[in-house]
Amino acid sequence: MGNVARIGERVRRTEDRRFLTGAGRYVDDLQLARCTYAYFLRSPHAHARIRSIDTSKAAAAPGVVAVFTGKDVADAKVGGLICGWVVKDKHGEPHKAPGHPAIALDTVRYVGDTVAMVIADTAAQARDAAEQIEVDYEVLPAVIDPAAAVAASAVQVHADVPGNLSYDWELGDKAAVDAAFARAAHITKLDLVNNRLVPNAMEPRAAAAEYDRGTGTYTLYTTSQNPHVTRLVLSAFVLGIPEHKLRVVAPDVGGGFGSKIFIYADETLVLWAAGKTGRAIKWTAERSESFMTDAHGRDHVTHAELALDKDGKFLALKVDTIANMGAYLSTFATAVPTYLYGTLLAGQYTTPAIHCNVRAVFTHTAPVDAYRGAGRPEATYLLETIVSKAAREMNIDPAELRKRNFIAAGAFPYQTPVALTYDSGNYTPILDQAMKLADYAGASERKAAAKAKGKLRGIGISSYIEACGLAPSAVVGSLGAGVGQWESAQLRFNPTGNLQILTGSHSHGQSHETTFAQIVSDKLGIPLDQIEVVHGDTAQVPFGMGSYGSRSLAVGGSAIMKAADKIIAKGKKIAAHLMEAAEADIVFENGAFKVTGTDKNVPLGQAVFSAYVPHNYPLDKLEPGMDENAFYDPSNFTYPSGTQICEVEVDPDTGGVEIVNFVAVDDFGNVVNPMIVEGQVHGGIAQGVGQALLEYTVYDKESGQLLSGSYMDYTMPRADNLPSFNLGYQVTPCPHNPLGVKGCGEAGAIAAPAAVMNAVRDALAQVGAQDRIEMPATPQRVWQAIHAH
Amino acid sequence: MYDFAYHKPKSMADALAALKKAADGKLLAGGMTLIPTLKQRLAQPSDVIDLAAIGELRGIKVDGNGVTVGAMTKHAEVAASADVAKAIPALAKLAANIGDGQVRNRGTIGGSLANSDPAADYPAAVLGLGATITTNERTIAADDFFKGLFETALKEGEIITSVTFPKPAKAAYMKFPNPASRYAMVGVFVAQTSSGPRVAVTGAGPCAFRVKAMEDALAKNWSADAVAGIKVPANGLNGDIHGSPEYRAHLVTVMAKRAVAAAG
Ligand SMILES: Cc1cc2nc3c(=O)[nH]c(=O)nc-3n(C[C@H](O)[C@H](O)[C@H](O)COP(=O)(O)OP(=O)(O)OC[C@H]3O[C@@H](n4cnc5c(N)ncnc54)[C@H](O)[C@@H]3O)c2cc1C
Repeated sequence: MGNVARIGERVRRTEDRRFLTGAGRYVDDLQLARCTYAYFLRSPHAHARIRSIDTSKAAAAPGVVAVFTGKDVADAKVGGLICGWVVKDKHGEPHKAPGHPAIALDTVRYVGDTVAMVIADTAAQARDAAEQIEVDYEVLPAVIDPAAAVAASAVQVHADVPGNLSYDWELGDKAAVDAAFARAAHITKLDLVNNRLVPNAMEPRAAAAEYDRGTGTYTLYTTSQNPHVTRLVLSAFVLGIPEHKLRVVAPDVGGGFGSKIFIYADETLVLWAAGKTGRAIKWTAERSESFMTDAHGRDHVTHAELALDKDGKFLALKVDTIANMGAYLSTFATAVPTYLYGTLLAGQYTTPAIHCNVRAVFTHTAPVDAYRGAGRPEATYLLETIVSKAAREMNIDPAELRKRNFIAAGAFPYQTPVALTYDSGNYTPILDQAMKLADYAGASERKAAAKAKGKLRGIGISSYIEACGLAPSAVVGSLGAGVGQWESAQLRFNPTGNLQILTGSHSHGQSHETTFAQIVSDKLGIPLDQIEVVHGDTAQVPFGMGSYGSRSLAVGGSAIMKAADKIIAKGKKIAAHLMEAAEADIVFENGAFKVTGTDKNVPLGQAVFSAYVPHNYPLDKLEPGMDENAFYDPSNFTYPSGTQICEVEVDPDTGGVEIVNFVAVDDFGNVVNPMIVEGQVHGGIAQGVGQALLEYTVYDKESGQLLSGSYMDYTMPRADNLPSFNLGYQVTPCPHNPLGVKGCGEAGAIAAPAAVMNAVRDALAQVGAQDRIEMPATPQRVWQAIHAH
Repeated sequence: MYDFAYHKPKSMADALAALKKAADGKLLAGGMTLIPTLKQRLAQPSDVIDLAAIGELRGIKVDGNGVTVGAMTKHAEVAASADVAKAIPALAKLAANIGDGQVRNRGTIGGSLANSDPAADYPAAVLGLGATITTNERTIAADDFFKGLFETALKEGEIITSVTFPKPAKAAYMKFPNPASRYAMVGVFVAQTSSGPRVAVTGAGPCAFRVKAMEDALAKNWSADAVAGIKVPANGLNGDIHGSPEYRAHLVTVMAKRAVAAAG
């Protein structure tokens, strides 16, 4: 038997052996009996009316099992795709959610919109047949740019959504903000674009489904971050398959970053058609389909103003954002630019008055939804950019300006003017540590040295706050969420003493199999290799809410801790019986129940065995078995915080930006496995750097074609784009969950764009170009900023 | 990918015969361009003739005439060749910076030149060194080879067999990569050759081209300063989301300067 793992140890990932030796099992690896393959015909146009569609040749093509169009799906009464979060606008009206048929009925609204589904014996036959479908399109003008979509003359995406406006939402006290602006000593104004991103999970989305005629049961294998939610939505809203007759399995999943939370047309149709045809069906997206049809992230256009007094104290912030929803509302799209964005605009600061207005608009582009950080990166980028801009304008050091406005360590719990109550935090030591690691004091000397070589150096700070550990159910329910956001856990011992942790959370890169086993190993004193983590199968694990919003350890881990407490409580009763002692005298230490003050003890394994073979057992008072369930609903969000400092060197001749140093100091509360946390931070920073410097999603403004639709044009961050990261921790444990943890999955991506761009702007300020650059700061754009006159 | 007949001839004669017989035959070298094209169904050849088993198309020979590279020689082989590194270090370095490891272990010089991608690296060296392309039928001077966007002097059914690079007095290649594809957004190859300086540009235009004004300036004064003030016109250059014609024109000067400085 292996060792007991302790919280805080750098335990190697138990799942790596499987993944690194090619033994993972992803949806596309599954072999279903008599399997057929689906191919989706996608719209080549951003906006067109389908005059007619003729599938007769395709239906007669070799190997074809079925061809379905929008009409077939509508005739079969397949429900449309839903948005599961209803945001109320500033007049109390619910958002406008136009119909979203799984297959377009008479109008296509983005390049990649589904036009038909072909099912054939092989994937190649399905694709061959799809080429035989004749679609007569009447191409219509498209609107791509979110700012253009709100213009009075804009093309309308949906006839029933006037002005392309899903909602016009606000948060905060406008009158208080206006009053504060009236007495401000300085006002900093900012126009900012938060660029659209394509998620690019390593494993493309995939679905495989089969229908068991004997039992009437459907099984859907799919690349999901939250299989129970997928089952609930498909059952209750879209297909009407009773929940108990639908099993959803999300096996090994290769990355999600949010894009696999949502319920898309593709898996919906694969599942429906498996019932309709009686054949197993598999579909795996090609990379170009991923580019076109995965829900994208970000895409905001914002004007903001920050009011300061003469000493640089923030008086008020006002924000006016247009958020691009794409052509339809994706599953949780509406929550992202509202409750995950406006509520974060206090950041780490005491800004007393904040007002945020958000208009969510439709355009002829792929739907936009949560992507690593979801709303919080947009808030952080905005806030940290305007703070650094204010510092430059007022000639105050940006670190100093932040410190003057930080919420004091003694002020928690802290009520912000934008609804949230921060539970804990201590921001100044974090910034101090980051400044030390970054040799902030030496920055101006390095800047001068670079200048002598003809290079422009800059340093940038980003101090972020994040609300994660989603979420207190009553709170999100009052804000329009269609689901609760608790998490479930089950600890199921086997008679021989090893155990399964069943969790409603889902791992698709977050290392749950190690971390969750580690916390139970530590708590119950059981060797790591005696613990199996089971997730992702609605037929095995209790109903759970899945993984997103850095919630897995804070909420899922807390549920596991609660279940472990129940195991210990029951074990004490058994041990008291076996040792003929009073239950009150039993303590649990190092994996054994002891009678205090004696050397008598019962190892946990023995208690478990007695529970399953209850020959000497208090059956009159206690049920046999050792299998405990727990559900945990958090009382608040968790609030990780931190500061990143980035230093860049710009080559003014080419516009190239090199990151020469990158520091991140985070407060994630207690850290279970520092190695895994560092991995999450590294990946998050890489994605944040990607957004800041590299990832440029471009739709042609006229035709709506996705110009950055492959890796030939879409720049993913690569190892040589990144420096070696310099990380540090501060720990203020979360006061309201049993592990004292806050979540680390999104922090890197939330803070990094502002750190990088503040550094780029600091560099460009030497030539007066600091206000001429937007993300991504590609070489061409940096060069143009420098040379624009 | 659509269906096609696959051939793997062992000799040039068999390859030419197979190509002749095919209704619409396509040669396969490293497949780094052709295979993605087929997978995306952008081409539908009746026959694919794989040149991989033809031994005479492979290998590197260095003699008094310079460096001769067989058409099927992989980028990684050129990059790793001590002989090339000694004779024309700039050529070895150029090969070492093409694409990534997987691409360099598959992609070939023949495939690269026949394809004449506007952003490919080899064309800059071929034109910059005044190389000679040998086919099954004839030899073609570099100056006559590149005709336009994905267009060369090769005729239907003509197969590149090797490329001969004369040894320059000095040379260097500077590449500013496209951030996404890492092909050349602009690459400039400069060489001091027996017939004077040559400056060849790839990435910027529809195909590789020489910059006469820079060559003249370098003939008078081989220094980075000599080319610093020379701009190529932006008109007619490539433009895309990564670089406008103006940006590319600017980069030609910057890369030329750096290449001259690197050549020493
Ligand atoms: C991810 C990626 C990155 C890349 N990056 C770069 C880069 O940075 N710089 C760069 O220069 N290139 C780059 N390339 C291109 C690559 O290096 C190859 O040179 C190119 O793909 C073609 O060579 P190939 O041997 O693979 O030819 P193939 O793909 O096999 O063939 C290409 C074309 O040439 C024809 N052909 C092949 N051999 C001959 C011959 N002997 N005679 C006549 N016709 C022939 C074929 O019929 C076909 O039309 C990249 C490619 C990829 C996939």
